[in-house]
Amino acid sequence: MSPTPKSAAPASDVILEVKDLVQSYGGRAVLNGLNFKVRKGETFVIMGGSGCGKTTLLRILIGAQKPTSGSVHLFGEDITKASPQELDRIRLRFGMNFQFGALFQSMTVGENIALPLQEHSRVDPSLIEMIVKMKLELVGLTGFENFKPSELSGGMRKRVGLARALALDPELLFSDEPTSGLDPVMTAVVDQLTLDSTRKIGVTAVVVSHDMTSCFRIATHMLMLGNGPRQGDIVAEGTPEEIKANPDPFLRQFVRGEADGPIAFRLSQDDYLKHLLEKG
Amino acid sequence: MKFSFENLLNAGGSKQTYGLLNLRIFAWILYGCTRRGILIPSQILSQIIRIGVQAIPMASLVSLSVGFILAMQSSTELGKMGANSFIPDLVSLSLMRELGPLLVAIIVVGRSGSAVAAELGTMKVNEEIEALRVMAIDPIRYLVVPRFIALMIMLPCMTVLGTCVGLAGGWMVCTLDMGMPSSFYIMRAMQRPELWDLYSGIIKTAVFAHILITIACFQGLNVEGGAEGVGRATTSAVVYSILWIIIADAVLTGLFFFAV
Repeated sequence: MSPTPKSAAPASDVILEVKDLVQSYGGRAVLNGLNFKVRKGETFVIMGGSGCGKTTLLRILIGAQKPTSGSVHLFGEDITKASPQELDRIRLRFGMNFQFGALFQSMTVGENIALPLQEHSRVDPSLIEMIVKMKLELVGLTGFENFKPSELSGGMRKRVGLARALALDPELLFSDEPTSGLDPVMTAVVDQLTLDSTRKIGVTAVVVSHDMTSCFRIATHMLMLGNGPRQGDIVAEGTPEEIKANPDPFLRQFVRGEADGPIAFRLSQDDYLKHLLEKG
Repeated sequence: MKFSFENLLNAGGSKQTYGLLNLRIFAWILYGCTRRGILIPSQILSQIIRIGVQAIPMASLVSLSVGFILAMQSSTELGKMGANSFIPDLVSLSLMRELGPLLVAIIVVGRSGSAVAAELGTMKVNEEIEALRVMAIDPIRYLVVPRFIALMIMLPCMTVLGTCVGLAGGWMVCTLDMGMPSSFYIMRAMQRPELWDLYSGIIKTAVFAHILITIACFQGLNVEGGAEGVGRATTSAVVYSILWIIIADAVLTGLFFFAV
């Protein structure tokens, strides 16, 4: 059964709020005063082309990087001003699914999933073993406890990464390019798992992706970051239906995956000539 | 931000200076001594085996060879003066004070220091260290402290073992080649050194272990730029460790045997 987007989440229960977020490197703004909110129960998809600052934004949202200015309120607390101990406390309430899984290569799949439980809960080892089995069942990898990450395919690693991110039953799940590099079937499987997490477990998800099929399949709310002339700005934000109906040529080109449009991959004729004649 | 012990444990976040790394290691060890579950014995034991026990054969072989070399080289010169009876003294003093600690440390730098830098560097490149932080697990506590404790325990043990193996090498040359009675070799080798000679060697070893593991971890944790960065960090870990170990050796030898 093909998953379909759900209705909009209630207006209350803001779980994540980004205010006037700016990130610049050497005077060049990668993120230019972003403002958005993620509400409880949403699957919030952040999309945008390569180099638009999606990963930078995600790193700021999980507290791995301090922004140049602005604030990020996670569960009502500003993580840009939080002390390391406060940040650790907040981090226990969310899970992060890395683009390439970021699994510990020296550990087995079971040990990878058990690690956050061993570190942050006083649960009996036999119960941890049971939870690991449950999480593996959730991502369709029953029986893979004793495999090393190097023995798994890319899609399986991503699923183990998801299982580990969900180990502590977080309220919020961040997912970085969960379907990049996967075949269409595995993409649909990973999308279904994200949907299962939000529907069955009630996790709020923030997914960073540029896979449009996947984005429209899982999102309840979408945000597009611009690049090129609109670098660092929010091009569009809304429900999947609103995004589909949005006439913005920048957004249209991205959603339809067209080579020609405002998102240029080559210099204009004038700029090209100028570049060729440039000395030094 | 006010200074507190908790802030020190987490100071610097992902950016570490060498001094801060050292401070945090000691802070975590101190904290671990007062709270359960901070220092994990199984992890320390696994590191003892990986970076200590598995390096013993190589360190022993080098020490044995050095014992051979010392006895053979000294026999040619001391023999001219009819002073072959001093060979056990020379071998035991050289090994206890200097060559034992230094050579074992250099072997462990090459074998385990490089491995630690490469392992942590690869973990950094694969986002495993970032994943630990996101899971609210401090990489210094989880990755560095067990390696630090393991090496601080194992390097002195390996040095004592290496010194014994080196003495055995000297004994082989003295008894098999020069016909020196075993009892005479053992008596001279044990009588000449004082307890301080052994202690000074062990103190040196502790300093070398500290230099070795902190430099290896620092280089590993600060890898930038993929596989090339891991290679650079591994080379830097070995080069800087050996450099600082030899400088520390010179300073400590000066302090122990000249300044006193």
